[in-house]
Amino acid sequence: MPEIKKIATREGYGEALLELGRKHENLVVLDADLAATTKTCVFQKEFPERHINCGIAEGNMIGIAAGLATTGKVPFVSSFAMFVAGRAFEQVRNSIGYPQLNVKIGASHAGISVGEDGASHQCNEDIALMRMIPGMTVINPADYVEAKAAVAAAFELEGPVYMRFGRLAIPVINDRADYKFELGKGVLLREGSDVTVLATGLCVAAALEAAERLAAEGVNAEVINIHTIKPLDEELVIQSAKKTGKVVTVEEHSIIGGLGSAVCECLSEKYPAPVCRVGINDVFGESGPALKLLEKYGLDEKGIYERVKNFVKG
Amino acid sequence: MENLELQKIANEVRKGIIMSVHAAKAGHPGGSLSAAEVFTYLYFEEMNIEPKEPERADRDRFVLSKGHTAPGMYAALAHRGYFPVEDLLTLRQIGSPLQGHPCIQHTPGVDMSTGSLGQGVSAAVGMALSAKLSGDDYRVYTLLGDGEIQEGQVWEAAMFAGHRKLDNLVVIVDNNGLQIDGKVEEVCSPYPIGEKFKAFNFHAIDVEDGNDFDSLRKAFQEARETKGMPTAIILKTVKGRGVSYMENIAGWHGKAPNDEEYKIAMEELEKAGEALCQK
Repeated sequence: MPEIKKIATREGYGEALLELGRKHENLVVLDADLAATTKTCVFQKEFPERHINCGIAEGNMIGIAAGLATTGKVPFVSSFAMFVAGRAFEQVRNSIGYPQLNVKIGASHAGISVGEDGASHQCNEDIALMRMIPGMTVINPADYVEAKAAVAAAFELEGPVYMRFGRLAIPVINDRADYKFELGKGVLLREGSDVTVLATGLCVAAALEAAERLAAEGVNAEVINIHTIKPLDEELVIQSAKKTGKVVTVEEHSIIGGLGSAVCECLSEKYPAPVCRVGINDVFGESGPALKLLEKYGLDEKGIYERVKNFVKG
Repeated sequence: MENLELQKIANEVRKGIIMSVHAAKAGHPGGSLSAAEVFTYLYFEEMNIEPKEPERADRDRFVLSKGHTAPGMYAALAHRGYFPVEDLLTLRQIGSPLQGHPCIQHTPGVDMSTGSLGQGVSAAVGMALSAKLSGDDYRVYTLLGDGEIQEGQVWEAAMFAGHRKLDNLVVIVDNNGLQIDGKVEEVCSPYPIGEKFKAFNFHAIDVEDGNDFDSLRKAFQEARETKGMPTAIILKTVKGRGVSYMENIAGWHGKAPNDEEYKIAMEELEKAGEALCQK
């Protein structure tokens, strides 16, 4: 079996910023003393004058980005998800969301796969927080390739965008010539008839693996990558739910407020169907190696496989 | 513009504040009135602006970080010609261009949506930084309350502005001495204000009478001449200035006058206006 390439989505963020920065002079990057880990350092190296280190002051950084955006710059604001979506929530809401400013938020180190740093840094609430802000687009790319494409799409979109990236190197699943990123469109990765698995972020690769094992046992799972959580591709979600009659959502995020909630909101109103939400079950994380944490919290291939199997069996 | 002219306009701005807040039956007259002179000075004397082109790229910017005093800013904008003065009477009503706190999409001349204290100053810093990045020569002004500077974000913004030597930025503090719950020094003292800004690498100017146009002229001139660091202008003002029963009373921070109080206030302002006309 060929070795699967693994790269963290945050690497894609840094590289995409550099590529876009070469083409667009109005692109500026802001960071809060984390350039080496959010990967904005890649951009900083070539464009030091357009890389603004704001120091450890995320609320102010969001406000500075807002001010820059009013003058026609396109700021990409970077820090850990915990601090840009969590700590600076109200600044994002009032200084970017309410005035509908063209600011892009690149949040790295999302979810429990932050690993050893522990619960204080493992943000499992950011999708919920950002999704609530009117006009905010929320993207959670599944791999390095998709992360790069998402950054480019965010630049093209006029308006605020929240992008979620991870620390952990994860399988590259979209490395193919015909790969295309369409904002707001789910990606059907595997057709199936018994159950729909809607996955996002690093859970997409694990969900695909789980689907293989399920198939060997006679359960045909349809796997869809939901990279854009807001706006949700309701058409595809409903279409697949109609086909399989059962829906599982999988995310490295609280089961409250994230993809699972978004899907339930959609289906309960438009096509009621049984839903099983796989995610962080309303608990804080803990320190540990990322892969071991994903296993412990049921977000690895085995965990997803078991939840889907039990759900399908009813 | 002569001081007398500015005084007349400031008096009209005060009338606009009282009329709009009375019509809305809600709003913040106290801190709007204390800043009537600085609103007037900025929009009629200091800033390079063109009301017919509110989004002109090279205009000077103003961010009302103490967003609750929007009635003062709206009255100045209306008298400067950004929108009809009659619009002031629609303040805080459904469908009005004049939201309770400044909103960039609703009101021509508003450069940033504000209202949540401590946030406007960061946006102003971002605008000043933008000018430095692209070599533009517009200037950026932001007005803060003395209670507002209790917000930590103000000092995050100040540290950054000082660090980046943003000499195109003027941070103005309306030091009227009162916040909702009482005197600022009793709630949580921000003093000494000027010294704090100096410690954050600002040039700080203390203005003894922030309701006096000569003093304002001198301070803003000094700010213009200050290079290599941002300027903070701390204006000692009187909350509720110009309406006798509102002056120095914290209770008038966020309360509208009733019909009787409205009548008294307008009579006082009419009288003040007449006195200015006889000068």
